[in-house]
Amino acid sequence: MSSRYLTKFAACSALLLLGGCNRNPQSAAPPTEQGDVHGVIDSALDPGVDHSLVTSDPRVAAYLNNADAVNTGKRLFGQYNCSGCHSNGGGGMGPDLMDDVWTYGGRLEQIHQTLVQGRPNGMPSWGGKVPDEQLWQLSAYVRSMSLPQTLAAQTDNTPSQSPAPVPPEVEQDAGWSPLPATTNDYTSTIKGVD
Amino acid sequence: MRTAALILALAPLSAFSQTIPSPVPENEVFKREDIGHALAAPTPQAGHTAASAANSPADDGQWVMPSKDYASTRFSSLKEITPENVKNLKPDFSFSLGVNKGQEAAPIVANNTMYVVTAYPNIVYALDLTKPGAPLKWSFAPKPAAASQGIACCDVVNRGGSVDNGKYIFNTLDGQTIAVDINTGKPLWRTQLGDINRGETMTMAPTVAQGRVFVGDSGGEMGVHGWVTALDENTGKLLWRGYNTGPDAQVLIGADFKPHYAGDQGKDLGVTSWPPQAWQIGGGAAWGWLTFDAELNSLYTGVGNPGPWNQTQRPGDNKWTAGIFSRDPASGSARWFYQYSPHDEHDYDGVNEQILLDMPFAGKMQKVLIHIDRNGYLYVIERNTGTVLSADPYGPVNTSRGIDLQTGRPIINEEKQTKLGQTVRNICPTASGAKDWNPSSFSPQTELLYIPHENMCMDWMNAEVSYIAGTPYVGALVHMKPGPGGNRGELTAWDPVQRRPVWAVKENFPIWSGTVVTAGDVVFYGTMDGWFKAVNARSGDLLWRYKVDSGVIGQPISYRGPDGHQYIAVLSGVGGWSGAVVSGPVDPRDGSAALGMVNVMSDLPKYTTAGGTLYVFSLPH
Repeated sequence: MSSRYLTKFAACSALLLLGGCNRNPQSAAPPTEQGDVHGVIDSALDPGVDHSLVTSDPRVAAYLNNADAVNTGKRLFGQYNCSGCHSNGGGGMGPDLMDDVWTYGGRLEQIHQTLVQGRPNGMPSWGGKVPDEQLWQLSAYVRSMSLPQTLAAQTDNTPSQSPAPVPPEVEQDAGWSPLPATTNDYTSTIKGVD
Repeated sequence: MRTAALILALAPLSAFSQTIPSPVPENEVFKREDIGHALAAPTPQAGHTAASAANSPADDGQWVMPSKDYASTRFSSLKEITPENVKNLKPDFSFSLGVNKGQEAAPIVANNTMYVVTAYPNIVYALDLTKPGAPLKWSFAPKPAAASQGIACCDVVNRGGSVDNGKYIFNTLDGQTIAVDINTGKPLWRTQLGDINRGETMTMAPTVAQGRVFVGDSGGEMGVHGWVTALDENTGKLLWRGYNTGPDAQVLIGADFKPHYAGDQGKDLGVTSWPPQAWQIGGGAAWGWLTFDAELNSLYTGVGNPGPWNQTQRPGDNKWTAGIFSRDPASGSARWFYQYSPHDEHDYDGVNEQILLDMPFAGKMQKVLIHIDRNGYLYVIERNTGTVLSADPYGPVNTSRGIDLQTGRPIINEEKQTKLGQTVRNICPTASGAKDWNPSSFSPQTELLYIPHENMCMDWMNAEVSYIAGTPYVGALVHMKPGPGGNRGELTAWDPVQRRPVWAVKENFPIWSGTVVTAGDVVFYGTMDGWFKAVNARSGDLLWRYKVDSGVIGQPISYRGPDGHQYIAVLSGVGGWSGAVVSGPVDPRDGSAALGMVNVMSDLPKYTTAGGTLYVFSLPH
């Protein structure tokens, strides 16, 4: 247990006394177990600590700096019809994945959790339907789409075709910050108007 | 972390800059004169073109259904607003819909009240037109399932509701048809018809007639098994459902079925014109306009594209997709069918509006249905029999070399047939058609149709796709581009008797709004960059324009207010397939995004932002 977890645990215990922290009192686990839950953090709001908690799923490491993972993920992205909604990262029925916004977090374990659980506004849940290994590979490809290196490799109007491996550095972020050199200012890239 | 940030910051910025593609060259499309065909030469002397009284009764100044009348003229007999005074038109009031998604609905006016339904979450508002500022009488939030947003192909739009017999009747994105009391806003019944886990949503506007509510599903990009359904207007109980693919029994094809063309005659063609079982996931949704014909007691139901888009996975004619049924409104039983695009290869849904007119043809007055199809042809169809009298291109066409009026089939241009793993370039019209769902209007005074449409083409490559329930079933990489001339939109005034355009107005963006024409000879429409415009119905001259808060893709209407004056109403709020790059979380850097639409619309974010506002205009009085 890292010191960060201990910080979280202490804060949570304090909040529990006031009826906070536990999201589902009906199925409450004993408070002492809270600190041991290696859950993926879905929110940038992390009451009781002065910075957002970063957990680290040990399964993540295998998909960092891994060119095979992102390339396999790219193939699976088409095969599982992810591209039907998210196109080549630009979105459509589903949201843009190549921009600098991570609604549910941009760390690999957060993306993986989104794929496993689904999300309420239309993202299907894939846990148990797609092999977990493939969900990690898909997560790596999705994370790669907005990497500056992947954006820079775009040569025509179809992005995400040369996905860069996910560097370990991105996993040091809590999952909510845009990467430098990613952009939401789409219009700045548009030429030939008026 | 600091180190990491520094490393990443040193990486080069995107090398790719988004540009609008060059227009397709003029010589890539066929000339109208060369590919337009008719069974007989024009005979305008045989009579005046107009809707019958049964389908277009005397105007009471209300606007109770999106199409204005069963004939779908969208003609208002009000004439206070004229080409001379329309320059004085001013906003009377506006109302925020509280939803910033594509607003495609027509405001409905009945009993001095205006009813509006928004894009998802499909909130209905009733505004009291008798009081200053039209205060809210009630609102109703149906709370459709949020997950339905994820299976709506082309923004979370809704094309409106209808008022009939004390009810406002509309659909929700998650597949419900709901009737609310027009005085209280309380739901009288709600019927769940679609299943989002099978990819079914509902976005169309119900048609209400004879105590029945006619509705259809969306989901042609999700491998649905498309259908049309009739409900009892008083109870919401299901009366019949006719599928658009499958065995005759499911399609409601029986002894009454007498299609005009040989290719539509035979047993279970909805099964045999597909690879084994493919009809079960073959699309054929009915998300556009269902038109009731009070004169012939028929229901005309347009059918959407076959799925998947990758045509190589579904050899055959793929009946009964991309065509039109005439059905018995009481039983759903099919009377005739005509297929605009057998074995569609380009997403040419057959769901656009049907306008019911009495029109001179071959020396006599005939009961016709005018349909302005995505495949680029304006069809005049004799509506007793389903016989095509004429078919003329009204936009850029090179996928076919005309319609063979003996067989009814398009004469396919092999050069623009789509291929697996190979990009076919400069296909016209584009997937969204020479015109999409947004309805035209017709004036019996000018005898012209006012067609809001597109001038766009595309590049297309097929890719193998697997069916996974509740996910897209498309299998194509599409990149759209402007058609010849570069203007992506056009408003065309069309003479259906002479089979030719009379005037046209070019627009930078595709026109995704409907039109309304008035007895004052003024045509109203809106543009995707947010101008609401009035043009002269006889010349197309721009008379007035007003900049609204967001692009317009809704259906304008004209009504008489409680004070006796003429009003014009429209929703702003850009979105829909063409506007998803603004209303949706869609990235202009991906030309393939939103099914290839972004490639030709990536500049829209420079012109407008998402919105959702009702505007009502009148002359100073």
